[in-house]
Amino acid sequence: MKMTMTQKIMAAHTDQAVYPGAYIHCDLDMLLGNDITTPVAIDAFQMHQHKEVFDRKKISIVPDHFTPNKDIASALQCQKVRRFVQEHKIEHYFEIGEMGIEHALLPEKGLVKSGDMIIGADSHTCTFGALGAFSTGIGSTDLAAAMVTGKCWFKVPEAIEVELIGKPNGYVSGKDVILKLIGILGVDGARYKSLEFTGEGISHLSMDDRFTISNMVIEAGAKNGIFPVDEKTKAYMDANHLDYPIYEADEDAIYIEKITIDLSTLEPIVAKPHLPSNIEKAAKLNHILIDQVVIGSCTNGRLSDLRIAAEILSGKKIKKGLRLIVFPATQKIYLEAMRAGYIESIIEAGGIVSTPTCGPCLGGHMGILGENEKCLATTNRNFVGRMGHVTSEIYLSSPAVAAASSLTGYITTPGGNYGEGL
Amino acid sequence: MGKVYKYGDHIDTDVIIPARYLNVHEPNQLAAHCMEDIDFEFKNTVKVGDVIIAGENFGCGSSREHAPIAIKASGIQCVIAKSFARIFLRNAFNIGLPVIESDCAYDEFNEKDEIEVDYGKGWMINKTTQKQYKVNPLPAFMMHIVEKGGLMNSIREER
Ligand code: SF4
Repeated sequence: MKMTMTQKIMAAHTDQAVYPGAYIHCDLDMLLGNDITTPVAIDAFQMHQHKEVFDRKKISIVPDHFTPNKDIASALQCQKVRRFVQEHKIEHYFEIGEMGIEHALLPEKGLVKSGDMIIGADSHTCTFGALGAFSTGIGSTDLAAAMVTGKCWFKVPEAIEVELIGKPNGYVSGKDVILKLIGILGVDGARYKSLEFTGEGISHLSMDDRFTISNMVIEAGAKNGIFPVDEKTKAYMDANHLDYPIYEADEDAIYIEKITIDLSTLEPIVAKPHLPSNIEKAAKLNHILIDQVVIGSCTNGRLSDLRIAAEILSGKKIKKGLRLIVFPATQKIYLEAMRAGYIESIIEAGGIVSTPTCGPCLGGHMGILGENEKCLATTNRNFVGRMGHVTSEIYLSSPAVAAASSLTGYITTPGGNYGEGL
Repeated sequence: MGKVYKYGDHIDTDVIIPARYLNVHEPNQLAAHCMEDIDFEFKNTVKVGDVIIAGENFGCGSSREHAPIAIKASGIQCVIAKSFARIFLRNAFNIGLPVIESDCAYDEFNEKDEIEVDYGKGWMINKTTQKQYKVNPLPAFMMHIVEKGGLMNSIREER
């Protein structure tokens, strides 16, 4: 009793006593690595005497950061990963052509589901909390150890309840909800803790919105950010023919803090440089001129994100001199966006559309910023130098604000009336 | 004994080792660019045994283990901060870079002060001001990993 949803899932994966602060070892349902973190994990893995993976079906390796390879060094890293995958017959490995950004790809392929215990050597592994899974980012050595043992150590977290009420207006989306929450908590307000979402407001959020929200809980320092399983979650998983357990928090679960956000009072929000917690109403930032707009990433590169962008851009032209770069998160999203005409609308408006990759999100390739340039991005981090030159600046927003701003050349709120929400 | 490098709050892994250098993972190649977006001279002046002291939430952001690897390969013996981001903390322990939470270090040390630390016994001395301070002992679970020389060694016999 008195367990949160996260603690319930942990308890189902260990024999040890689960209470806040306890160090426990849990069995894992899925492990994830990418082309940056897996090479380091492979080196650590070789140190173990067994040199065999515990279960080749429970490991997903997705080269997405510097792929298609941007240079010889990154090609060598991918070769190392590819050799490892072949040697150990890792089942879930995705080359370009079938790949996508890992956190968008795994749910789409049905590799993660509610009740799962998931770790990934990438901080945004918390994304899968949207499905009602425990999912968290770890490092390469943790990944290596888990590849051998199938287990990982955790400190059982305390939880903060985030109650969502009301229905969002106009162009307010999951991105605005999570930026608002990070603004309240600050970038370390949820450090070591779980964020557990509750409340009737959740029913107004699409699965894409929930993925966006869970994706960015790490930006408040959280260990995970988990949603209850409802009809939308079930429909999403049923489409992939999954069997899934459902865990719920006990009625008397203990939360150390409760935050309530009324979605009906929110308006489009932007995080200013250089922290995601540095939020402001988009409407108050129309003096910020921008050089580049990026729409995509594991945060906002899903089909509904591209749809909103395409709708705003359709039949119009982006501001002369501005660069609009759109990168769909997976091949499937790319193809569906093409069939739906979104890609055409974006290109006709003057944007470019990239193959799925992390690309500019981490300053890898496909849109690096120069000296003093300003970028409005739907990504998740606006740290110093994240997208290029150390003097460049990143503003974070939803796809709707990003698309509207690419038409004007300055930070722009798309249509609709908004209350005094921020 | 070493000298202190001092940084503020929320030092993220993107400034510890920028992603543009993550197309390699050899520790010395990473150390060659450690901290350069916040302190360009760090990589040229850091010596074996030096210590990083910082404010809140050190190592926030990306899960890249390249960050503690770069710091360790630079010769830094330990990082002392008011608090650490969760993934950085576990990565540092897992690769054998001691990290110490301390409320007072940030206020009691200046850049370039000489420092001596014994995290086993739980003290640190500011050699410049000749003052000694207690530091918190590590949780037993973490101490086990550190004593074994990192996570992979600690699970060597496990399957
Ligand atoms: S899209 Fe950006 S945040 Fe997401 S996994 Fe790739 S680099 Fe990380």
